[in-house]
Amino acid sequence: MSIEVKGLVKKFGTFAALDGVDLKVATGELVALLGPSGSGKTTLLRIIAGLDWPDAGEVTFDGENALAHGARERHVGFVFQHYALFRHMTVFENVAFGLRVQPRAVRKNEAGIRARVRELLDLVQLDWLADHYPSQLSGGQRQRIALARALAIEPRILLLDEPFGALDAKVRKELRQWLRSLHHEINVTSIFVTHDQEEALEVANRVVVMDRGRIVQIGTPGDVYDNPATAFVHGFIGESIVLPVDVSDGCVRLGGKVLGIRADGAASGASKLFVRRHDMQVGPAGSGAFEGKVRHVRTFGPIQRAEVALSGGETVIEIDAPRDRELRTGDIVGLQPRHYRIFAGQD
Amino acid sequence: MPMKQPQRVMSAARDDLRTEPRPVRFVIITLAVIFLTVFVVLPLVVVFAQAFSKGVGAYFSALSDPEALSAIRLTLLVAAISVGLNLVFGIVAAWAIAKFDFRGKTFLISLIDLPFSVSPVISGLVFVLLFGAQGYWGPWLQSHNIHVLFAVPAIALATIFVTFPFVARALIPLMQEQGTQEEEAAISLGASGLQTFFRVTLPNIKWGVLYGVLLCNARAMGEFGAVSVVSGHIRGETNTMPLLVEILYNEYQFVSSFAIASLLAMLALITLVAKTILERHLDEGQSTRVH
Repeated sequence: MSIEVKGLVKKFGTFAALDGVDLKVATGELVALLGPSGSGKTTLLRIIAGLDWPDAGEVTFDGENALAHGARERHVGFVFQHYALFRHMTVFENVAFGLRVQPRAVRKNEAGIRARVRELLDLVQLDWLADHYPSQLSGGQRQRIALARALAIEPRILLLDEPFGALDAKVRKELRQWLRSLHHEINVTSIFVTHDQEEALEVANRVVVMDRGRIVQIGTPGDVYDNPATAFVHGFIGESIVLPVDVSDGCVRLGGKVLGIRADGAASGASKLFVRRHDMQVGPAGSGAFEGKVRHVRTFGPIQRAEVALSGGETVIEIDAPRDRELRTGDIVGLQPRHYRIFAGQD
Repeated sequence: MPMKQPQRVMSAARDDLRTEPRPVRFVIITLAVIFLTVFVVLPLVVVFAQAFSKGVGAYFSALSDPEALSAIRLTLLVAAISVGLNLVFGIVAAWAIAKFDFRGKTFLISLIDLPFSVSPVISGLVFVLLFGAQGYWGPWLQSHNIHVLFAVPAIALATIFVTFPFVARALIPLMQEQGTQEEEAAISLGASGLQTFFRVTLPNIKWGVLYGVLLCNARAMGEFGAVSVVSGHIRGETNTMPLLVEILYNEYQFVSSFAIASLLAMLALITLVAKTILERHLDEGQSTRVH
C-alpha cells in the first residue's frame, strides 16, 4: 500500500510541529524519518497512524483519503518507542489482542487465533516466551513482541516510532539487521522514525531528513550522506568539521586568510565550510589549505583521531586520519580537504 | 517477590547511613508510640470496652434493636448508592483528566477536591438551601410530592458530595503515570472505545479503583456532619449509624451507642487492613510497569 502526504500542517499551540510536509512512500518501501527531537517526525508518524489529526493537509493510502477514518479503521500497525505492551496480559495475549477485538463476523475462532499467534511468535523467534508477562522480558524482547502484536492484524502499513531508541547499543544493532530482513520477508510498506543517523542509513531504502517541521532532504542513504542538501543535513548526518568562512570573487577566506580551495560557485558572503572528518588529508607542514598543530591524538581501530589547532586562530578541529602515518602531539601538519561543501549563511 | 529485592537492599543500605544517635532514636520512637497509644489505640479499646461493659448479651441485643437495624440498613444503602455512583463519576473524571488535554483542566481538578476543603456541615447546608421548603427547588418538589430533604435522597446526595474525590483522587495519578500509549496501541489494533476500556484501561487501574472504593466506602459509612444537617434525625427512618451513635449517647444509652460505634470501628480496622494490602498491590504494579 502506498502512502501520500500533502501539505501537512500541525500546530501545538504556537509551535508548528509540522509546517507543510509532502511525502510519497511507494508500496513495499522501508523509509526512515530522520531528524533531531522536535523536528516533527513522530507527529508525522502519528498522523499517518490516525493517533493525531493535522490542522491542514491530506493523507491518502493508495489514493484513498485516510483522514476519513480513525486509527481503528486504518489498519495500520504501530510500534511504540516504549513498546506499550499490555502489562496485565501475557505475551501470547498481547499478540492475540488485535485478533480478539475483531468484529465477530471476521474474527478467527480460538484455534485460528492460537495458530496465528504461534506463527507470529515464531517469526520474531520468541515462541518460548508466550506465557511470560511483559515485565519479565528484556527491552529487545519487548520490542519484538510489540512488532509481532502489530503484525497480527496483517497491517497494510507498518509504522515504527523510534523502535530501538530505548535499547542498548548491541541489541539495537542486532535488531536493525533483523528488522531489515523481516521487512524483506513480509514486504509491508514501512516507515520508521529515528534520530540515529546510523540506524537510518543502515536500515532504510530511503531516508527522509526532517528539521523544524519540514522535510529538508529525501534520498537514498548514500545520497543523503554524500550530497547533503543543506548545512543542517550536513551537520546532522555524519560527523562534520564546520568552519565559518567568507566567500568573495571565487575566493574562500578563513579569518581573513585566503584558503587554497575553490568556492565551487558558492554565493559571496559569510558562509560555512563543511568537511567530513575523514575527508581531511594530512600532509607535511605547508602542504594543504590549512595548517595546524596536533594537540592530542587518540587511536581507535583503523583510525587515529587528532585534535588540530589551526594556525592563526583559536579554532580547534577534530580529524580522522588513517594510521599509515603516525601523528604525534606537537606535530605541525598541513590539511587538505578532499571533499567539502560550502553553504551560505552563518546558521 | 524477586521484583522487591532491590528495594530491600537499598533500604538496608540506608539503615547504615542513619546518623541519629541511639538515644535520640529511642526518644522519638517512644514519643510516637505514646502518642499513637493515647490518641488511637486507647479510644479504640474504650469503644469496645464500653460496648461489652454489660456483657455480650446486651451488646447483641443493642445491635438487634429495630432502630439500630434500621440505621445499619440505611447506612449500607447510602454507602452502596454513593460508592456506586462515585465509582462511575470518579473513573470518568480521572479518565478525562489523565488521558486528555483540554482547557480548564486544572480548574476541574480543584473542583474535584472541593468536597475535601469544604466543611461537611456546609456541604449539608447546600442541599438544605437547594431542596429545603424555603430553598430553590423546595416548593416545586413539594408541589410534586417528591421528598428529598429529611429523606434518603438528601442523605445519599450529601454523602455522594462528600465522598466524591476518593475514587478520582486514587485514579488520577495512577492513570497519568500509565499514560495513553496502551490505549493508543489497543485502538490501532482495531479495538473499539469500550473494548479498550474494559480490556486495557480497567485491568490496569483495578487496584487503584478498589483502593478508591474502599476509602470512599469508609467515609460514606462514617460521614456525620453533612448527613446530620440533611437527615432530620427521624428515628428508624433517616438515622444513619453515626447519627444514631450520637443520639443514643446523648440519651445515656452507652452500651447501645458504643455497640454501634464498635461496628464502625471494625469497619475502620477492616478498611485499614484492606488498604495496606491494596497499597502493596499498587506498589507492585508500579515497580513492574513496562518502561
